[in-house]
Amino acid sequence: MLKLTGINKDFKGFMLSDISFTVEKGDYFILLGPSGAGKSLLLEVIAGLAISDSGSLELNGRDITHMPIQKRKVGLVFQDHAIFPHLKVKSNLAYALHGQPRESIHQKIKAMSANLGIGELLERYPSTLSGGELQRVALARTLIQEPEILLLDEPLASMDTRLRSGTRSLLRQIHRGGQTIIHVTHDYEEALSLGNRIAVMDHGNILQTGTPDEVFHSPRNGFVAHFIGIRNFFPATIRLYDGIPWAETSRNLKIRVQQGQDNESGFVMIRGEDIVLSASALDSSASNVLAGRVQEITATPLGCDVCIECGETIHALITRESVERMKLDEGSEIWLSIKATAVKFIDE
Amino acid sequence: MKKQGLQWVFSILGGLILLFVLGPVLGLMFSSSPHKLFETAQDPEVKNSIMLTLSTSMAGTLLFAVAAIPFSWILARYQFPLKKLVTAIIDLPVVIPHSAAGIAVLGFISRDTWLGKASSMAGFNFVGHPAGIMLAMAFVSLPYLINAARDGFLSVPERLEKAALTLGASPVRVFFTVSLPLAWKNILSGLILMFARGMSEFGAVVIIAYHPMITPVLIYERFTSFGLKYAQPVSVLFILVVLVFFMILRLLLSNTKKS
Repeated sequence: MLKLTGINKDFKGFMLSDISFTVEKGDYFILLGPSGAGKSLLLEVIAGLAISDSGSLELNGRDITHMPIQKRKVGLVFQDHAIFPHLKVKSNLAYALHGQPRESIHQKIKAMSANLGIGELLERYPSTLSGGELQRVALARTLIQEPEILLLDEPLASMDTRLRSGTRSLLRQIHRGGQTIIHVTHDYEEALSLGNRIAVMDHGNILQTGTPDEVFHSPRNGFVAHFIGIRNFFPATIRLYDGIPWAETSRNLKIRVQQGQDNESGFVMIRGEDIVLSASALDSSASNVLAGRVQEITATPLGCDVCIECGETIHALITRESVERMKLDEGSEIWLSIKATAVKFIDE
Repeated sequence: MKKQGLQWVFSILGGLILLFVLGPVLGLMFSSSPHKLFETAQDPEVKNSIMLTLSTSMAGTLLFAVAAIPFSWILARYQFPLKKLVTAIIDLPVVIPHSAAGIAVLGFISRDTWLGKASSMAGFNFVGHPAGIMLAMAFVSLPYLINAARDGFLSVPERLEKAALTLGASPVRVFFTVSLPLAWKNILSGLILMFARGMSEFGAVVIIAYHPMITPVLIYERFTSFGLKYAQPVSVLFILVVLVFFMILRLLLSNTKKS
């Protein structure tokens, strides 16, 4: 278990402020945030490459706040891999095993390289390896020392799609083996597909920590919602009509919400997959039935994103079959049905 | 057209400079007959002076490298107060006139200084001793090693050192297994420069020790006592020896580069 308590760090004017969270043994913990949020600096603090100004770090009961890097048992895989260019792959892997019996080093390298599929590369120099191969070598070199926690800095960045999916399954496989992992990324899809716990970071602060479900279904504020890819996100003010709360957006679209105080201002948030599209107005339990016109249809890995103008620009997420069945196209007239319970109002 | 004209002028200027360097050296090379050279090479005085020059310069280079290389790493990796001043101090020997440098070193190691007294107790005197020659050579040539090694360490990504630390290596092990091997090209070239610069030193050495004679002093002595004709064969021989060493070391360097 890794426990961060009140970590503060001033790095050339950039501040990590009061960072506290706990990573349980066996967690796949994602640090999610845009570039410049302080994720990599936080990893460096955990690894000991940077020392925090205040606060404490505890790893499996040991206080490692001021412990030298080499004694922390924290494995860090750098974004650019940092493979030693003057050593063969085999010597890179052996680096962390210094001082162990020769036979044991040999066995460990054999097992680890077989595990990560780099058995063929052992006699090669790093300059002859591809990006994907370097990544596997970097992972193997770090894992071979059996770190108590594995830190990954943007491991899937600058990879093509095919390589990325291969690496994802490799990381899942490593995690299934019981390895505790902290993984830094700016990609919410990556966070969803790998993490069992997510912390959203911006400007040196942790904004929210929780399971993917908690973070993606109940984002705590506008930044989190926007960053995790919820596109229907409008500043709005609550108005009560006959005691029923409606959110009025800045462009005067009225959306029925579940609860809210009169004149309260904040944000309205609707997930694209919670919007039902139909050719005519539906007589259903949905409290919001809006007429609109399709502006654009974009294919995404999760389905088709249908962009509709209905007073505000709203994005609905539906399957490709639905788009084809409804013969949707740019300019199509369409109806949107949104349940009030699917509309989230977040006060400022 | 205009540009071509300019290229011609610059090329001619460049040619003149090459001629200025090569002319005297080639003239010197052909000044002595092979027979005369062979005879000079048999001269015990000449042989001893060349051996002394090579060994003192080599010893100075290796001895001071032990401290200079780690120091260069500090200069490459850390910011500290007065760092600019420290860098300037390192470059000082390059700009000081070498006879003045000799006087300075002499004032530091002569009999009445603590270093001189310590050496007397150990049974020798720096002045007029190979150890003194070595110090004079090192004084004027040290900047070449430190600057080259510092550039070498600067070219090693700091992340590789950090990665080594996260792999459980101690800072000492990181220095010897990551920083040093990766900066080795620059360090080796710094060692060659320091060695070569030490060998060719005259001004500082002649003030510390006229005897035993290093070759540059011997050349000077033959010139002032017997004239140009007697100084030429020793000069040629010394240049040849230095060139052979130079080629060997350059060859080593190019091999390192390839790997």
